[in-house]
Amino acid sequence: MTRRLAPTDAVIIGFGWTGMIMAEALTAAGLRVVAIERGPMRDTAQSFPPATAPDELRYAIRGDMLLPTAEETITFRNHLDQHALPVRKWGSFLPGSGVGGSGVHWNGHTWRLRPEDFALRSATIARYGRHFIPPDMTIQDWPVSYAELEPFYDGFEYLCGTSGQAGNLRGAIQPGGNPFEGPRARGYPTPPLTMPYGPTLFAEAAAGMGYHPFPLPTGNLSQPYTNPHGVVLGQCSYCGFCERFGCGNYAKASPQTTLLPVLTRRPALSLRTGCEVLRIVTDSTGKRATGVVYVDDKGEEWEQPAELVLLCAFMLDNVRLLLLSGIGAPYEPRAGTGVVGRNYAYQTVSAVQLFFEDKIFNPFIGAGGLGMVVDDFNGDSFDHGPAGFIGGAWLTQLASNGRPILARPTPPGTPRWGAAWKAATAHYYNRSLGLVASGSSSSHRGAFLDLDPGYTDRHGRPLMRMTFDFHPNDLRMSEYVTDRLAGIGRAMGPSRMAVFKRHAPYDIRPYQTTHVVGGAAMGAHPETSVVNRYLQSWDVSNLFVLGGSAFPQNSSYNPTGTIGALALWAASAITGHYLRAPGPLA
Amino acid sequence: MRGIVALLLLALLGGGARADEVTRGRYLATVGDCIACHTAPGGAPFAGGRPIATPFGTLRSANITPDRASGIGGWSDAAFDRALRAGIAPGGKYLYPACPFPYFTRARGEDIAAIHAYLRSLAPVGNPVQTDALPFPFDIRALMRGWDAAFFRPGVWHDDPAQDAAWNRGGYLVEGLGHCGACHTAKNAFGADETRRALQGGLLQGWWAPGLTPAPRTGLAGWSIDGLVAYLRTGSGGGQLASGPMAEVVERSTSHLSDTDLRAMAVYLLARPARTEVAVRPAPTPLAGEAIYLDRCAACHGRAGEGTAGLFPALRGSAVVQAPRPQTLIRVVLEGGRAAATDAAPTGAAMPGFASLLDNDEIAAVLAYIRNSWGNASAPPRPAQVERMRGSPG
Ligand SMILES: Cc1cc2nc3c(=O)[nH]c(=O)nc-3n(C[C@H](O)[C@H](O)[C@H](O)COP(=O)(O)OP(=O)(O)OC[C@H]3O[C@@H](n4cnc5c(N)ncnc54)[C@H](O)[C@@H]3O)c2cc1C
Repeated sequence: MTRRLAPTDAVIIGFGWTGMIMAEALTAAGLRVVAIERGPMRDTAQSFPPATAPDELRYAIRGDMLLPTAEETITFRNHLDQHALPVRKWGSFLPGSGVGGSGVHWNGHTWRLRPEDFALRSATIARYGRHFIPPDMTIQDWPVSYAELEPFYDGFEYLCGTSGQAGNLRGAIQPGGNPFEGPRARGYPTPPLTMPYGPTLFAEAAAGMGYHPFPLPTGNLSQPYTNPHGVVLGQCSYCGFCERFGCGNYAKASPQTTLLPVLTRRPALSLRTGCEVLRIVTDSTGKRATGVVYVDDKGEEWEQPAELVLLCAFMLDNVRLLLLSGIGAPYEPRAGTGVVGRNYAYQTVSAVQLFFEDKIFNPFIGAGGLGMVVDDFNGDSFDHGPAGFIGGAWLTQLASNGRPILARPTPPGTPRWGAAWKAATAHYYNRSLGLVASGSSSSHRGAFLDLDPGYTDRHGRPLMRMTFDFHPNDLRMSEYVTDRLAGIGRAMGPSRMAVFKRHAPYDIRPYQTTHVVGGAAMGAHPETSVVNRYLQSWDVSNLFVLGGSAFPQNSSYNPTGTIGALALWAASAITGHYLRAPGPLA
Repeated sequence: MRGIVALLLLALLGGGARADEVTRGRYLATVGDCIACHTAPGGAPFAGGRPIATPFGTLRSANITPDRASGIGGWSDAAFDRALRAGIAPGGKYLYPACPFPYFTRARGEDIAAIHAYLRSLAPVGNPVQTDALPFPFDIRALMRGWDAAFFRPGVWHDDPAQDAAWNRGGYLVEGLGHCGACHTAKNAFGADETRRALQGGLLQGWWAPGLTPAPRTGLAGWSIDGLVAYLRTGSGGGQLASGPMAEVVERSTSHLSDTDLRAMAVYLLARPARTEVAVRPAPTPLAGEAIYLDRCAACHGRAGEGTAGLFPALRGSAVVQAPRPQTLIRVVLEGGRAAATDAAPTGAAMPGFASLLDNDEIAAVLAYIRNSWGNASAPPRPAQVERMRGSPG
């Protein structure tokens, strides 16, 4: 039996990055807000204090911070004609659960898209012609421009205290920054991290080849920082336990270290943890959300009525909850109709490993975003015509960690076990560097999300099914940028080098990135998008869908800078316009 | 007509009290932090029942809402004044000094009356509290008559014409309603202030409240007026963060006071004579102390004990760290602690407890290091002291 609770002004589904950003904005605007989070409360001192946070077995191997697959998972297949199987252990991406969401165990890379990324389709056609876009590719323009989002990118970076070096200040190119980035109104709130030997060597080699290296912008802070809410973040200790871990030193920007202390002081916010939203409820017209139904940790079902519903459940559950709630037309891949689940996209990552005999590195010095980057093979920085593909990548040497279990580089040909392996792993532990190319992912007809016809979760609801493989365009792109990456690697003078190109079929087991996007794209037209430019559902105007689900395709950059900016942009439209005159904003 | 309405309104307000008197009373009750002791965990504000541990047993605070049966609804202004300034409640019942009447006696009559007006404006809450819960013989309140004769010096604060207005206001607040010495002054065997050592630091409920005189190692010598004001207003200032019982004082009391009053308190405290410190030379510390510090503490508190403003307290130059008695320090290492969170400084960072991670020898070693590094100097704690604090901090 579902019991009805007293109505509230707004209900937020999921209390990670976007959920907390919305909670802050809406309570500041005077709304009573109920936030519902399926996972547990997480707090720095109690959940991941410095004494227990750096536990590689618990967090990196066993995934203590992750959504337990016994509670919810997805099914997966590469192609439409295959039978999808459930993911029983997360691999390729690692969705979180609990207060802070994936924002607790993220790495911290905080990027903006480039101005040209927002007009991918029209700019490609203008520069290379309509036929340059493969017919099955469904890339489309964003319904917002870089210039419109710039103040909100700025807002997210100043919320986080992002460490970095500006490359373009109001049109003036800055030495040491990314010369290809869009103009920014002001510099980063904190200077870049101090680079150790590996990234320095990479940057020297790249500069020697005429490229433009710069420090990766990141939420592992180079110095203490007080954000506009008065919350203080600490200084990174370069311990190397960022990605997959909570930061015990308050030094990684996360929902906990930037917003939670403010939100716990807002009496208008009520947070329910251990409560999973089952569906969004709509009225008989289907055009208006009346609230949500959730189940608490004792298995009791509750209906929380609300005037406004904010879907902030990470892109996977955003799409799944839309499908389970019957909001928006589900995507039909064969006919190419419908929108919910359409344009799922990933990223195309490849790597080069270098082995040196004459150089010693110190892998103990690490941080999630401690790296130097080359962005010369991305966006409009090079001619895609002769290269024959759309998209690009940023290239990096990242000194992210030297953790004892997984950071075990050995040259190709080394036995996988035994005395020879031991000798090699001991010898190369501090004589090896990894280079990475983080490449874009174009949306296409064969990549989508829908409800699985067979597998169900613990509540008996269908699991979401993912159908994905790399598009040949993206593999061509990856091949091209990996060759450039290897070029820089060679110039660094290693004694041996191993190149790991990305091949089809996509393998969902090894970790690549958690930059899964799309499925509830934002767009200018309801026929090709789920939400409008303010992330407002086309079908249900008192429902907003926040997060990476809004991306129409994926750029090469980590998405959270853009996800945060879009949340602030949507929040400003809601508090500035929607609340005064509820109804469609576009 | 308008006059009549105004008169009626006045009559409606807490038995004729003027609205501005209620507002003033509310502010003064905040200075006195009445709400802290007179509210049980999870209970209605001012309805009493909070257990207060004393060396003589555990007391329960009284209900001070205007409920006639269980609160102070039946009290006259004069009775309220007598309770707060003379320590004698209606019926000749002597108060225990857990209610800091030896400080409140210095408050002016009109301020006490304003507090009463404010309390009378609250909604009455029926909550009978058994306030006489001390074990024999301390349950005999008449014993307090002798205590009062020996230790209680009634009398209102007198301004010193040689000092400026800020100093006098500060003194009035610190020595009176603010009752800083209730924690920060050492107590004798009878639980009374050792007045010759006023504000030089005291041990209460297993916490060492550091000295508030401008002494170099164990007091406020390194502090500026601005630093102290920031500390009292936000919980964070002078490189330190309020935690433990002081976090509660900041959250409930000082963060709500006016800047002028906070400044006055800082002026007064920094102008008082410094405690004479016995010269202490840094004690030699075991090598393990530094190793443990670098491994467990340095990531937050810094390699040179410098801390991070607003997040992690500085250990270098800290009066808590160099306290003559290391209880607070041992306790924080064992149990952890959380900094005050206020609107101005909401972070409220916390330190985890190390009780299960470090043994007594290790804690003694790392504390010896912290107490004797970067210019700090104080006696190294003994492992036995750590053992005593385990499980029984009080
Ligand atoms: C290992 C890792 C590394 C990453 N590194 C980076 C990086 O360096 N840079 C970058 O830009 N991005 C990075 N990311 C991605 C980043 O974490 C996400 O983009 C970001 O957290 C998305 O914010 P969100 O609010 O959409 O989702 P989240 O922050 O994940 O919050 C969603 C919340 O919703 C809750 N929820 C879901 N479904 C329900 C339901 N039905 N009912 C109730 N609650 C629900 C979840 O439990 C979760 O707490 C990384 C992610 C991972 C996992």
